Amino acid sequence: MSTLHTVNKSPFEKNSLDACLNYAGGANLLLMEDGVYAALKGTRFEQRVKTALDSVKVFVLGPDLKARGFSEERVIDGISVVDYAGFVDLAAENVKVQAWL
Amino acid sequence: MSETIKNFLYLNRRAPYGTIYAWEALEVVLIGAAFDQDVSLAFVDDGVYQLTKDHETAGIGMKNFSPTFAALGDYEVKKIFIEQESLEERGLTLDDLQHLVWEDEDEDYAEKDSIKLVSRAEMAAIMDASDVVFSF
Repeated sequence: MSTLHTVNKSPFEKNSLDACLNYAGGANLLLMEDGVYAALKGTRFEQRVKTALDSVKVFVLGPDLKARGFSEERVIDGISVVDYAGFVDLAAENVKVQAWL
Repeated sequence: MSETIKNFLYLNRRAPYGTIYAWEALEVVLIGAAFDQDVSLAFVDDGVYQLTKDHETAGIGMKNFSPTFAALGDYEVKKIFIEQESLEERGLTLDDLQHLVWEDEDEDYAEKDSIKLVSRAEMAAIMDASDVVFSF
């Protein structure tokens, strides 16, 4: 049973995502709030995130994407978009939630 | 009040909604606009994300302040600088951003672009030329 990691800051603002990825191998990661920017195609972090997909199951919170003006088409392939109900399911399915602030 | 007019630059570096900085900055701009100073807005780093189109915020329970940006022209705020390098790092172009305009009453209220795309070097010069910089 694995951990649900959450990252809520933009990778341009903080190194929280980078730090989290050092520890999240084999686990799940939810990108939320400003963290959703890491899920987008075309940024300078795209390759780093794509590589992480080999060992981490990555999810992104849909409502936070929409609020910022981004549709699901702009999300990196392999990242699953979930809503708040999906967030709850992830939290319930995983052993614990580890937030990276 | 005073006859002195200064160049104010409001520097926006953060993404919208995740923190309150973007909204607070906009509120300060609107309040300051009432004092007839020479106002410019700069969007660099994650600040460029504040101006993306199609914000739909009902799902996160926060106020969408995109319409407020659109109204800046009416408040005589018409110098809005967007940094090219910040857009490129994020895979964005001007097409991804709102089209902000102001109406020039000296030219029959003709609509003109408020947004000016500048390089990092040009942005440095703009900061240097400002009397006051408010950082958000």
